Amino acid sequence: MVGEVKKLISIQDLLKNVLKDNVISIEQNKGYLDVLVPTEKLVESAKKLKDSGFDHVKSVTAIDYIAKKQFKITYHISSYLNEELSKYIIGLSTIINRDNPHLPSLSRIWVSAEFQEREVYEFFGITFDDHPDLRLLLLTPVIAALKPLRKDYVVKEESDDIEVDYVAYNTNKWW
Amino acid sequence: MESSTSGSVVPHLPGMEVSELSKNTYEVYIGPAHPGSGHMRIIVEVDGDIMVRVDPDIGFVHRTMEKLAEGRDWIKNIPLFERMAILDACNITLPYVEAVEKLLGTEPPERARYLRTLLCEINRIASHLYGMGIFGVFLGHSTLYMWAFGDREVFIDLAEQMSGARLTHSYPVFGGVRRDIPDDFPEGARKATRYMRNRLNEYAKIFLNNPNIRSRLENVGVMSKNLATELGIVGPNLRASGVRYDVRLNEPYEAYGELEFEIPVFEEGDSLARAWARVEEIRQSLNIIDKVVDWLEKHPRENFMHEKFWKTAPKLYKDVYTGQIDYAGKYRVKLMPLFASLKVPPGKAFARVEAGRGEMVYYVESDGKDVPYRVRVVSPSFRNVIAFKYLMPGHRLMDLPAIYGSFDYFPPEWDR
Repeated sequence: MVGEVKKLISIQDLLKNVLKDNVISIEQNKGYLDVLVPTEKLVESAKKLKDSGFDHVKSVTAIDYIAKKQFKITYHISSYLNEELSKYIIGLSTIINRDNPHLPSLSRIWVSAEFQEREVYEFFGITFDDHPDLRLLLLTPVIAALKPLRKDYVVKEESDDIEVDYVAYNTNKWW
Repeated sequence: MESSTSGSVVPHLPGMEVSELSKNTYEVYIGPAHPGSGHMRIIVEVDGDIMVRVDPDIGFVHRTMEKLAEGRDWIKNIPLFERMAILDACNITLPYVEAVEKLLGTEPPERARYLRTLLCEINRIASHLYGMGIFGVFLGHSTLYMWAFGDREVFIDLAEQMSGARLTHSYPVFGGVRRDIPDDFPEGARKATRYMRNRLNEYAKIFLNNPNIRSRLENVGVMSKNLATELGIVGPNLRASGVRYDVRLNEPYEAYGELEFEIPVFEEGDSLARAWARVEEIRQSLNIIDKVVDWLEKHPRENFMHEKFWKTAPKLYKDVYTGQIDYAGKYRVKLMPLFASLKVPPGKAFARVEAGRGEMVYYVESDGKDVPYRVRVVSPSFRNVIAFKYLMPGHRLMDLPAIYGSFDYFPPEWDR
């Protein structure tokens, strides 16, 4: 138990050394370490983390905090090649405004984030600036226009009476 | 690569329209009607028969599981997530159960951890055999397809004996597992592993060492160690490229920390290595099954459910769960009553396990209600699909099924 705590402190120290004053807060959650950085320092932090051995993205998650009018984007990152780091999962997070949501893309740093950022884009309507190929991935424009994973989209019992956004349907060539 | 007719002025002839051709390439649409197994489409741009651009177009079997999960009770999400890959059901739902257990603060008893491990390995073998069977179809090798699907039946039967269901087991639940193994299970399991070990040698003879198959697979779709890391590839595909990463090894969960097993790693990184990686993994899984069954036999049949949930069950339930009354008798029992009104304390949890196709990841957030606030699912096939885009260009069109099949793709899993 003592050893575990010691290790935990050392990974937190490592993150503080690497990211320095970019970090707003480091929070120990169940199964991962949540590192919150400001949106304008996201790319810089990602580059530093990649240089220190975190070589791939496991998951790109957006969470809709509708009461606070915020989105939280978390990149869960870890390492394949560095065996010591592969035991840890770091959640590189940033908070963005819910109106006109956009943040810099990390796909040019971690290629493994490319498809997952596309998924967040279509389900939440969050734009990733400077993404190499920002298109719809799973959904059709009709459904993507509804931004289905946002909290204000409520699933109806019957999906037949879904309101079709014909403008989106006609302007996007998706087939 | 790009032969162009531009340069000179295009003549305007009466009654004839000539448009400038920028590229001498064709677009080929493969799918979405079942190119092998599951609906997906690959849009390929070919120059002659060399693939220039590959765009995996997925989402044909998308079921909005993440959204549906936000409106269901915690326990009801287990059968929902199972539908991602019904042939790998225990592995697919296990990280969700683990993440919720982390939030609840309940640790499953030791016997439950071994039972989960057992079903995970049975599922892994079934999943690999399924993948190999489909791979055989891709390469026109229908014998392997028949063999693999026939042998998969052995392990599906084992899973049925354990859980009562052939495919969608819903076996791991919060705080433990649904029920214990029957008395005659260890004998059947040993018989199955003995049979499968012999069969694997036959597989090597008819498929992996077959000159026809080798000429299709060797040095095709070579993925270097760095490329695999960069793309975030998971599972046997990653280990076939020389990366020593397996969640069972790097962050042992359930009973894996107490068991001895090997992680097969190959250096070649081609389609043949990916096929071999699966065969070797089956061999290791068979060893694990033997060890777990030995352990289960030696230890008393008790405590496969956390006390917190167990004590809420009526006596009849307990008698049926522990095997004192026949399962298929006149009694029908439900899950522990506490599950129906379960409220999970607020918090955020992240869990990962090594499923059949690779690392399975869940992020679960609770705000203290009876439904999750957010569940993020990233399945192994979803992380592998990016390889098609970056790996296939430069190969011939005939190599597409070989590469596609070697990755053990499974559309329902990555579409969720």
